[in-house]
Amino acid sequence: MRALVWHGTEDIRCDTVPDPKIEDERDAIIKVTICAICGSDLHLYDHVMPGMEKGDVMGHEFMGEVVETGKGVNGALRKGERIVVPFTIICGECDQCKRGYFSVCKRSNRNKHIADKVFGHTTAGLFGYTHLTGGYQGGQAEYVRVPFADKTHIKVPEHLSDEQVLFLGDIFPTGWQAAVQADIQPTDTVAIWGAGPVGQMTLRSALLLGAKQVVCIDSVPERLEMARAGGAITVDNAQESVVERLNELTDGKGPEKCIDAVGMEAHSPRALEHAYDRLKQAVMLESDRAAVLREMIYVCRPAGIISIPGVYGGLVDKMPMGALMNKGLTIRTGQTHVNRWTDDLVKRIDDGQIDPSFVITHRVRLDQGPEMYKTFRDKKDNCIKVVLRP
Amino acid sequence: MSDAMSQPDRAHAPVPYSLPSHLTSDPRRRPDPATRELAHGLGWFSIGLGLTEVAFGSAIARWLGMPRAAPVIQAYGVRELIQGAGILGSRDPTPWISARVAGDALDIATVLPGLEGHNPRKDNVLIALVALVGVTAIDVICAQNLSGAPLNPSQKIRQDYRRRSGFRRPSKAMRGAARDFKPPPDIIGPEAMRPWTLTNA
Repeated sequence: MRALVWHGTEDIRCDTVPDPKIEDERDAIIKVTICAICGSDLHLYDHVMPGMEKGDVMGHEFMGEVVETGKGVNGALRKGERIVVPFTIICGECDQCKRGYFSVCKRSNRNKHIADKVFGHTTAGLFGYTHLTGGYQGGQAEYVRVPFADKTHIKVPEHLSDEQVLFLGDIFPTGWQAAVQADIQPTDTVAIWGAGPVGQMTLRSALLLGAKQVVCIDSVPERLEMARAGGAITVDNAQESVVERLNELTDGKGPEKCIDAVGMEAHSPRALEHAYDRLKQAVMLESDRAAVLREMIYVCRPAGIISIPGVYGGLVDKMPMGALMNKGLTIRTGQTHVNRWTDDLVKRIDDGQIDPSFVITHRVRLDQGPEMYKTFRDKKDNCIKVVLRP
Repeated sequence: MSDAMSQPDRAHAPVPYSLPSHLTSDPRRRPDPATRELAHGLGWFSIGLGLTEVAFGSAIARWLGMPRAAPVIQAYGVRELIQGAGILGSRDPTPWISARVAGDALDIATVLPGLEGHNPRKDNVLIALVALVGVTAIDVICAQNLSGAPLNPSQKIRQDYRRRSGFRRPSKAMRGAARDFKPPPDIIGPEAMRPWTLTNA
């Protein structure tokens, strides 16, 4: 089969690889109908996230048709059924899964011993996202093996198109969880850093959940345009001071809720701060750039909430712990507990409350994937979200 | 209607990727904020250096042990002033920063002969060369970032993205449409940290 394969830093190729096979009785094989490049895939493309190996198949946002199931799937899935696959692999049986904390499933990461060492305790296995999270082959391929398939799936109504439901596997519930865990109240100003795909979903979720005003911060004109379309006030951090503008919008009090939809590769608008972070990253004194975290902690209203859906992988430097502690801020973060939200979100799509396909700007064949990684990473050709068809 | 769902054929409509580039972008580049700030800083650096070279060209030439280079240094000062004005005054500083890189090469070529012969100020020449190499490196990084920056979106693209709300109704009307959602208590902020007015409501 054809698949997008990681070969090294900025080196992803469309290769022919062996077809996946049933390895465990709870497995299913999916024929991928549509998949997407996620912003977090770019951390692998740039190789700032460690743990990839040559030959790994990329991709964790995909859907398709069930073509084969193991005996242990026990009728939970039928051949020919159309499903979206959540990016977090879940056993559905461990105490974390039972509590609804699917992204920290204790059994799905087959490289648990590595995660235990790095993070202290393991987190869930993820598709196509380093050997730290199981080293599972990803979904930017013609076929995928889905482990624990009897639980790791989202069923979707037939009358909804693939593009309407594809993002239930990652960015839509990620944006939703980011907004939900910020505990949005009707009097709140919610500031969201990053108007990429997750930022777009987050700001719409915040609006649907009833925030008084939603402010989106970025420097890319077309992303800001799309954010305004979703009802956000936009701040172009290339043109104006984020802190001054947010204080101006909140009568000097700062936003009650701040959401980081950028993550570990943040670009500070301040050249010196950015150069400092790049230098420390280059000499391995930090792995993740914390420019957005610093700004959020500084500008957030005391007793406010900081929600972090953006992906971080290791260590950051110059975290303003003094401001964080003295202002009494609450941080809520984590990979998304996808299946906890999807039943509700499917209904919202079905009811016409939101159509997540608005974010798709590029539709290409799978073999065009490698060039689209570069286009997406460099924000060229007005690219916001790429969908691939195998 | 300003939403994606009101356009049933959008899935089959042409996408930006398939459009010719003159429709999807305007020719101006949009560097990231840090690069823009760096270019701005280099513009002011050019102005400062230019003024210094014009005013103190002879003194600089003597300090380098190359007194005959004074008029050349003053001419370079004028060049720096023009480049600085170009960087700060233009909407796209890319060509002006590239001109700085060329100017750096010229500066190095001019100073380098100071290391030859019996120049008693060779130490000063070395200091100047180290500084020039450092500035050249910054100029090259800035020029590379600027020339690799994406182009601005065209009006056509802006209009397209402006329509992508994802909502069936105008976004104002969708505010609070999901208030029926009951956030799970274990996911929202800890009870102790919730505003008093909420916990007692």
